[in-house]
Amino acid sequence: MPTSPSEPLPYDLAVVGAGPAGLAAAVTAAELGLRCVLLDGGHSTGGQYYRHPAPGLGAARPDRLHHGWSVYAGLAERLSAAERAEFRAGHQVWALERTGDGFAVHATRGPEAADRVTLRARTVLLAAGAYERQLPFPGWTLPGVVTAGGAQAMLKAGLVLPGRRIVVAGSGPLLLAAASSLVTAGADVPAVVEATNYLGYARRPGVLAAVPAKLVEGAGHGSALLRHGVRLRPRSAVVEAHGTDRVTAVTVARLDAEWRPLPGTERRIDCDALAVGHGLLPQIDLATELGADTVTGPDGAVALKVDARLRTSVPGLWSAGETNGVGGADLAIAEGELAGHAIAGALPRAALLRRRARLRSFADVMAAAHRPGPGWTGWLRPDTDVCRCEEVPVAKVREAVEELGAGDPRTVKLLTRAGMGWCQGRMCGPAVACLSGSGEPGPDRRPFGCPVPLSQLAAGSAAAAGE
Amino acid sequence: MRRRTPADLVEARPGPAHHIEFDGRSVPALPGQSIAAALWADGVLAWRTTRIGGRPRGAFCGIGSCFDCLATVDGRPNQRTCLLPAEPGTVVTTQEGHGRADLAV
Repeated sequence: MPTSPSEPLPYDLAVVGAGPAGLAAAVTAAELGLRCVLLDGGHSTGGQYYRHPAPGLGAARPDRLHHGWSVYAGLAERLSAAERAEFRAGHQVWALERTGDGFAVHATRGPEAADRVTLRARTVLLAAGAYERQLPFPGWTLPGVVTAGGAQAMLKAGLVLPGRRIVVAGSGPLLLAAASSLVTAGADVPAVVEATNYLGYARRPGVLAAVPAKLVEGAGHGSALLRHGVRLRPRSAVVEAHGTDRVTAVTVARLDAEWRPLPGTERRIDCDALAVGHGLLPQIDLATELGADTVTGPDGAVALKVDARLRTSVPGLWSAGETNGVGGADLAIAEGELAGHAIAGALPRAALLRRRARLRSFADVMAAAHRPGPGWTGWLRPDTDVCRCEEVPVAKVREAVEELGAGDPRTVKLLTRAGMGWCQGRMCGPAVACLSGSGEPGPDRRPFGCPVPLSQLAAGSAAAAGE
Repeated sequence: MRRRTPADLVEARPGPAHHIEFDGRSVPALPGQSIAAALWADGVLAWRTTRIGGRPRGAFCGIGSCFDCLATVDGRPNQRTCLLPAEPGTVVTTQEGHGRADLAV
């Protein structure tokens, strides 16, 4: 059994991901007496949501880039006070392995994956969060076209913007948050282009009323946008980005209810950057590789199936936050606390259970409202790259499906290389699934959660052989 | 009026700037910034050309997932510049294709 001799101390709990869910879980479980190790690929806690400037940047007011900063500050303080919790920065987990007495957690260390480490723990909580769903369009590979989350991340961590005049487009609540951050940080945002018309929210007023904090958060972004004169264009999409070596303008068109672009509604907007995203997808490959059961959410995204105590179908493996279906930081924190209690064998407060249920209902409404319509493929052209890594255009994918008989993403991948590159289908997966006619993508399956140098795999085999 | 910057917003008082080298020229970087962030701050959006089409690429996802921001850093190709910190004297070169032209036969 591959284990590392360098880590003699066993842990009761290894938490993968130090974002809102993982942080809340590690703190809760440690305070209840469990020996916890909290692992994250980044250099500090907070994950993508609470990503913040490096200490060297000397930010006196990091809170101005965040909603609910004090909540994060409180959790971070509890973590440093918790004697039984240990945070390991720069640890990118690439595989979980079941052992006789628990799990072996395999990670690479540092941004260059310079070396490996294997930690042993009795239980594992997956709190790996989410990554952005991308849908291709002509020109989306131009420099200056960035993901909405990427624009947020680069701003929050490095205090930089991709341009001065940034169109924000796609679908989902992240767009409003991103646009609000960008204008507050000094960018001009000529338009926020949202594919839905927000009516999906209005159809479930009871669920909305139960989570007033969410409405306040939304109103906060809305008022920042109003103050800066940002125009919200609902039921519209960027159908093309223009430019040769970088983006210089976009074309926006109105969409029908199925997200099909309506001819004759195109309008050109000059810009020097575009931040685009179509919602978030749970990052669950570490669990699906162990055979964990999944469910398809109202947004069409595949998430882990968990019970009321947030246990997955794999004994000893728990999941909290976005990995159970995307729902935002408040829900992630509630689920992290809940999982921390459950793993420690403690009963959570009834109020926490009710809060989690309310936030999960809201997440479902949000997910359904922003589910991509099938008509989006109407803005593709034959030469639009679907797979950014392998530069596979729409025409190649359609040829694989229509002429060579591929009926699922795996066959398309084998015939075209779409999804076979560096990102392992994270960017093109949803689009390839849609174009292959198989409807929703299946669960992500990746034997390695991130690229691992062969030397580290060889070192692991040598260690296993020597045992 | 001077345009507001992200540093203004968070009232940043960064440590002294240092420099990295990008394709032979000096680019300023603030302590703690990634290579990609330093390049963005200098107005550079592309530092790689693709293997097949030779098209320019730079940072896309900004969090290490998409691998579009690869560049050759201190002689090592295929480094994710959105994750790597810009250290004083870091040498970044635009990566052409897979960045392994030296291995071509």
